[in-house]
Amino acid sequence: MSTITQLKAPADYWETEPHHHPEGASTNIGFWVYLMSDCLMFAVLFATYGVLHGNLAAGPGPKDLFDLELVAINTAMLLFSSITYGFAMLRMARGDQAGTLKWLAITLFFGLCFLAIELYEFAHLIHEGAGPQRSAFLSAFFTLVGTHGLHVTFGSIWLVTLMVQVKKFGLTSANQRRLMCLSLFWHFLDLIWIGVFTVVYLLGVI
Amino acid sequence: MAHSHNHHDAHHDAHHDHGSFKSYMTGFVLAVILTVIPFGIVMGGGFDSRALTIAVVVLCAVAQVLVHMIYFLHMNSSAEEGWTLLSTLFTIVVVVIMLAGSLWVMFHLNTNMMPQMSHELQVMP
Repeated sequence: MSTITQLKAPADYWETEPHHHPEGASTNIGFWVYLMSDCLMFAVLFATYGVLHGNLAAGPGPKDLFDLELVAINTAMLLFSSITYGFAMLRMARGDQAGTLKWLAITLFFGLCFLAIELYEFAHLIHEGAGPQRSAFLSAFFTLVGTHGLHVTFGSIWLVTLMVQVKKFGLTSANQRRLMCLSLFWHFLDLIWIGVFTVVYLLGVI
Repeated sequence: MAHSHNHHDAHHDAHHDHGSFKSYMTGFVLAVILTVIPFGIVMGGGFDSRALTIAVVVLCAVAQVLVHMIYFLHMNSSAEEGWTLLSTLFTIVVVVIMLAGSLWVMFHLNTNMMPQMSHELQVMP
């Protein structure tokens, strides 16, 4: 008899009730893991470029094609957009909605400048007959740099979306969390660009 | 202000480091310096030794990545109970293995696939 009474309920062994987590508590770590997976994808593209960068198929090489002054301007645009996004986050921490929106708009401006310059570069290369189908080197180049540009494009769309959200609903905790995620995304893209301008442009021209 | 209450709540929930004006500016200035140095060297024609130029450019890039991680992404060992740092280290290990492995293997493959196999010609009687 005594053995039966000693049997315990499941709740004595493990938790039967679901945990209560505050909303969005795991967003930061989750978004970080996404960024790391994105990082792996870029690593694959970098490896592809590294393997194929010498396969010119008797076509033009990095030294013939790349205009470092243009790349320097592009790098500056992305770096400026990084710091202005930082200023937007500082305004957000102070609860200054108008200031946040102002700095987000400046960030968007620099982001769009970056995209415009990159599209100009791509159009120029394709016009010169150095399109992605010309050689393995150019295929890898357009894939790597184009994927980064695509990320910036979607980041810009996300930025506009969040500006509308903040304008409409204010700096709610949900909007702050979203701005925090985009902040990570935006700075992460600038970090990837360091790899791009170093590996593709600078090392290509040396 | 209507959103000030929400902001107050969020500040307690989000124990994430937003950084300060000073830390952002420190990061920005360091990033600018570490960008200008490699561009300046390469656009100026580089050093006499090509290997030295490559080494300096790559070192600047690695330093700038670290600057971005610390001052812009606010990485530290305590964020999310260390899981952020752990996942980052794991990613770096995978990336290094994959990059180094791909380049190493494919370099040797390219070398052995060269049309003029001078090495084999020498070996042949």
